[in-house]
Amino acid sequence: MSAAVPFEKPIVELEQKIEELAGLSDPALAEEIARLRGQLVELRRKIYSRLDPWQITQVARHPRRPYTLDYIEGLMEGWQELHGDRRFADDRSLLAGFAFFKGRPVAVIGHQKGRQTRQKIERNFGMPRPEGYRKALRVMQLAEKFGRPIIAFVDTPGAYPGLDAEERGQAEAIATNLREMARLRVPVVVTVTGEGGSGGALAIAVGNRINMLEFAIYSVISPEGCASILWRDAGKAEEMARALKLTARDLKELDVIDEVIEEPPGGAHSDAQSAISGLGQVLERQLGELATLGPEELVEQRYERFRRMGRFSEVL
Amino acid sequence: MAWFHKAKKPRARSDGRRSHIPEGLWIKCQGCGEVIYRKEVIRRAWICPKCSYHFHLSAAQRLEALLDDGHYDAFDASLASIDPLKFRDKKAYRDRLRDYQSRTGLGDAVICAEARLGGHPIVICAMEYAFMGGSMGSVVGEKITRAAERALAARVPLIVISTSGGARMQEGALSLMQMAKISAALARLHEAGVPFISILADPTTGGVTASYAMLGDVNIAEPGALIGFAGPRVIEQTIHQKLPPGFQRAEFLLEHGMVDMVVDRGTMRKTLIELLELLWFGPRYDEEPVA
Repeated sequence: MSAAVPFEKPIVELEQKIEELAGLSDPALAEEIARLRGQLVELRRKIYSRLDPWQITQVARHPRRPYTLDYIEGLMEGWQELHGDRRFADDRSLLAGFAFFKGRPVAVIGHQKGRQTRQKIERNFGMPRPEGYRKALRVMQLAEKFGRPIIAFVDTPGAYPGLDAEERGQAEAIATNLREMARLRVPVVVTVTGEGGSGGALAIAVGNRINMLEFAIYSVISPEGCASILWRDAGKAEEMARALKLTARDLKELDVIDEVIEEPPGGAHSDAQSAISGLGQVLERQLGELATLGPEELVEQRYERFRRMGRFSEVL
Repeated sequence: MAWFHKAKKPRARSDGRRSHIPEGLWIKCQGCGEVIYRKEVIRRAWICPKCSYHFHLSAAQRLEALLDDGHYDAFDASLASIDPLKFRDKKAYRDRLRDYQSRTGLGDAVICAEARLGGHPIVICAMEYAFMGGSMGSVVGEKITRAAERALAARVPLIVISTSGGARMQEGALSLMQMAKISAALARLHEAGVPFISILADPTTGGVTASYAMLGDVNIAEPGALIGFAGPRVIEQTIHQKLPPGFQRAEFLLEHGMVDMVVDRGTMRKTLIELLELLWFGPRYDEEPVA
């Protein structure tokens, strides 16, 4: 397997070497393999402890990173997906439904990307159209009706910028979600697991708690988009990735998010199982905290959470 | 060759501000390309007499044209950006801000005010496109949120006139979060049953359209205004084809059910007054009409 991102090349090479040796099934090599495995852990830790924002952007988009369905499969039981916005269509890039999480029923909303070409097209590269956002809202309002907390997984390059999406009111769909999510009388816990692409991410991200995985990104615009607008040169994307402060640690600093959820050394894709269960523990704790709040308090807490967003001075 | 040079420098406006409408006796319409007598354009509320093109107006010009006696009391005028990301592209954001502040005489890209319209008290916000393309960062977000909270506290209608390229890149995710912040404040206004009228002027795109501009109880577009989520260039790059003429224009949005009406600048004031009376200031079904 070749490296999906350039800085992982030494990791992939070492992985291949270990695999080769293991394939020989020679007991005499066991010690060497164990030594190399230790080296691999160390190498991952070393590389991942000093990623720059552009590298983190690449990890956030890593093709083997766990997607929403992986979290559902790893954390939930009895997943029942619900389809359609009752107005136009079912959007396959945004999932909505109900499942049991730690024995309790919850609503789950999440962007879904595909891995192979056919899946990518089916999931429209994780870019919803208005009907996706309308479906998400419909299911969130069902959750409110039945007193179920909402768990949202955010992972999208952005809302789909296409002709049909505009015709059917992409802007209106996102705007309505922002307003209506602010009013939900049940707990809403949001986690940006990969790419938090602008309004298309925010449209399912108005939560009581906002988490980001350690190597996720969340931004008003992609570094490439920013570079092409401000510099007319997509080559400046790396520099803009730094300037936009789109990493989990930067956004924690700016009080945009509540918690940075650590990933395994080597990123969530290097050990999906522990990444998924790590997030599960945080979600369980946060739902426990929010269970002490009544409906009005939840709405109030969410309002205050977003009310304090922004940095400015009162004097010109 | 001194006689080819002008003896006097061109006169600068005494207030030090620069309007984005070209000065001079004659003015070229950006809609039809005709050269028109400037005074005639002003007399028609900055609408081209030949093709009805709506010239871009400053926020102050809009407020003066719309409100009773052209009068308004601005609030939160001293709110200013602190460049929270220390953002720099070709130029430092901090320097850009200073330039736009001196050019427009404003602290940021919106004026929020208390005023009267048809004798009724209202809270009104007008965005300033000449200030960094009317982009929304922390200051615009905070000011419009406060305006919504003020309208809620006083139980008076809120009107927002949008003209904006969207969220301001130079403040990163903080700009994005303003969309949710303002929308949450509008949710409260909505629950309290206080009207919010959104006016969409040319252009209104991106995060502004995808939040408050689309959330009016009544959405009103100016004729020909470009209104959308993604900009036309981005869409063309995505679908690899040319967009049909009129796509994302006010009339297109009306046809697709996204705005309630397209209203000429000349009749905007009258329309707003009538709407406010129909929705809010007129008697409720359970009240006696006032003679």
